[in-house]
Amino acid sequence: MDKYYGFGLPINISAHGGEIDKLIRIFHVFMLVLFVGWLIYFVIALVQFRAKKDSKALYHNKHYKLPTWIEVFVALFEAFLLVGFSFPIFHQFRFDMPKASESVVIRVVAEQFAWNIHYAGKDGQFGESMPKLISTENPIGLDQNDPAAKDDITTINQLNIPVNKPIIVQLSSKDVIHSFALPVMRVKQDTIPGQQIPVTFEAIDTGKFEIACAQLCGLGHYRMRGFFNVMTQSEFDKWIDSQTPKQEDASE
Amino acid sequence: MSKEHSPSFWKKYIFSVDHKIIGIQYGITAMIFLLIGFALVSVMRWQLAFPGQPLPLFGVLFGMSNAPGGIILPEFYNQLGAMHGTIMIFLGVVPLGVGAFGNYLVPLQIGAPDMAFPKLNMMSYWVYLTGGIVMLASFFFPQGAAQSGWTSYPPLSNIAPVGQTVWLIGMVFLITSSLLGSVNFIVTIVQLRADGLTFSRLPFFVWAQFITSFLLLLAFPPLEAAGILQLMDRLAGSSFFMPSGLVVSGEALQISGGGNPLLWQHLFWFLAHPEVYVLILPAMGIVAEIIANNTRKPLYGYKNMVGAALFLGFMSFIVWAHHMYLVGMGTTMSNFFQITTMIISIPSVILLTCLLLSLWGGSIRFNTPMCFALAFLPMFAIGGLTGLPLGLTASDIHLHDTYYVIGHFHYVVAPGTLFALMAGTYFWFPKITGRQMSEVLGKIHFWASFILINIVFMPMFSMGLAGVSRRLWNPTEYAHAQPTQVLNVVVSYAAWGLAIAQLPFIFNLIWSTFKGKQVDTNPWKATTLEWATPTPPPHGNFEREPVVLRGPYEYSVPGQREDYLPQNAEQ
Repeated sequence: MDKYYGFGLPINISAHGGEIDKLIRIFHVFMLVLFVGWLIYFVIALVQFRAKKDSKALYHNKHYKLPTWIEVFVALFEAFLLVGFSFPIFHQFRFDMPKASESVVIRVVAEQFAWNIHYAGKDGQFGESMPKLISTENPIGLDQNDPAAKDDITTINQLNIPVNKPIIVQLSSKDVIHSFALPVMRVKQDTIPGQQIPVTFEAIDTGKFEIACAQLCGLGHYRMRGFFNVMTQSEFDKWIDSQTPKQEDASE
Repeated sequence: MSKEHSPSFWKKYIFSVDHKIIGIQYGITAMIFLLIGFALVSVMRWQLAFPGQPLPLFGVLFGMSNAPGGIILPEFYNQLGAMHGTIMIFLGVVPLGVGAFGNYLVPLQIGAPDMAFPKLNMMSYWVYLTGGIVMLASFFFPQGAAQSGWTSYPPLSNIAPVGQTVWLIGMVFLITSSLLGSVNFIVTIVQLRADGLTFSRLPFFVWAQFITSFLLLLAFPPLEAAGILQLMDRLAGSSFFMPSGLVVSGEALQISGGGNPLLWQHLFWFLAHPEVYVLILPAMGIVAEIIANNTRKPLYGYKNMVGAALFLGFMSFIVWAHHMYLVGMGTTMSNFFQITTMIISIPSVILLTCLLLSLWGGSIRFNTPMCFALAFLPMFAIGGLTGLPLGLTASDIHLHDTYYVIGHFHYVVAPGTLFALMAGTYFWFPKITGRQMSEVLGKIHFWASFILINIVFMPMFSMGLAGVSRRLWNPTEYAHAQPTQVLNVVVSYAAWGLAIAQLPFIFNLIWSTFKGKQVDTNPWKATTLEWATPTPPPHGNFEREPVVLRGPYEYSVPGQREDYLPQNAEQ
């Protein structure tokens, strides 16, 4: 595990995460330069202008051009990060949805304190879910009479995805607000009850990671941990096969 | 005036309408609440450092339902977290910055005999105290106090135990108190300024309080409305914040449905972002006064500072949704709020720059209040700078709701605002008591606090970058939180150390009130009007109405015998 996680950013295995990391790094260099600059000035000012015998303070403040230029530079640099990085990255993450036919679409339904993962199965069609059908055996209320539901796969806390393929996750919640976080993918999105919110991402490496809940959702918030496996396409296909319900089982 | 009648002890010190007594009442009450808030988080820090282990010594205090055998339960942990935030902000820092310093100093600094509405002022304090008692009492209700975070997001808060209802009632009291106070401040500052005290001659502290009052007046009503709506949802069966089809623990909720949980977030943050500036502006006012006084020179760019503070106040109303980037808003919305968020950083930088440049050319005295005021500058800078990556949606995706956020806003509020309030306490103590607080104890308090508070909050940035979510009862559940767990231990020891480091301050405060070195009415050789009153100021404040002849920071005026020229002094 240590190879993934440490005292700074965790490993990034998503296609879009590199840009986010770059932005975070630029920000921190920028912050450090400004802060150290201020600090050097601060220390010099405190030492040079400490009260001494007969030292007299200046009544007329000299007006300096430099601070104004620094402020202008700060503002311009912020504008650059805003337009150059933040606008496009966020737009891509939330709104540049790949074609559903070329990606894996997964529904994630959050509840206290678990992640229900819902795959459409081989037919690519999600069966209908209804709140009134929800029970312990059927946590997302999948309508078994819907033909599209026959080959649907549901898991609890186990999100498997293929590598190098666009993923669309449709997020919703049964009860309270949760936040679906995949730290290694630089993905985080609140799940709002009453809404379905899509996010898209693509993994560029395989491995076993975690889903975290980022929004306080009750006393079990801390243990709302899911497993997140990025597998090769063939492993993924095999797993889908193994999970697909046999027709006779699904008719009960 | 004081000689005309001698009111009873109760009238004079308890149910007083004198702004100074009310200010002191606010100050003492708020400091006690700060200690309570600190105590709550000290208990949380045990759980974070040593998850699931029984809390020694104090563990037995909380009873079987909260901490059986001293092991802090997750639901109790969530109560501690929610109440820590609520108490620190609404019962600690704001009442100290506005209720205490504002009440005590604004009438004195503008040369007024009292606030415009003394009875309203008294009511504001008693409503605040009631709200505080209600909040504390909520711990004793079945299943304890509010436990949905200080932000109380529904639906979680709507389905929470009865403590949440008590929290909402407490909030209604606290908001009402702030509204009463803010109206009073605005009228006082507009109407009761001494002759000659034009707006351009107001001390920056008064400007800060003036702007703060407008923020309180305009931002709090939406939250009061939201609080009432949530009360209706909980008590009257409405569904303002509850969508249809909710299923909690396998049971369909029997509610009318059709509401939207995001409505609460908009209403809440419409208050809670300006609230940040309600915390920070009085702090900046205090720092500006102390820096001008102890550099012995006029502030750099007084007019720019006032302009920046006004702009900051205005902008603070149109940045609120940057707390909500990840709720699924569209790009038009998020782009708008990103732009306003970057814009609001500019007046903050201007204010900080002016304060920093004010040091240049000074003759700096390093007394305890000045040390705290100076420390405010780099600490607020860290708090402000770390807000930048949170202010852009792209970097916020990774950092949202992690410890990075906690580090960021604590730098603004704890070593930022609270240090400024400490500075103010040391600075104006001689005006209130006629005695000075011990410098030795003050310096011990300052250095211990300064070092420890950085050890408390700096590691949180590392944890946040590592992706550790906030509000986790046991972070070690997650593999990605395990490398940084060692930091939790360090932070906890530092936090407990920080608690101990406040003992010299508490002792100093009490001891100096009775035994401190006696000083004259203007021990810091300051220029503003509060130092022109007798010490302690009598009821009615000034012996005769002051006439203001000049600006607030006439220090080191060339050709003068003294290095300060009070605002009302005949030349």
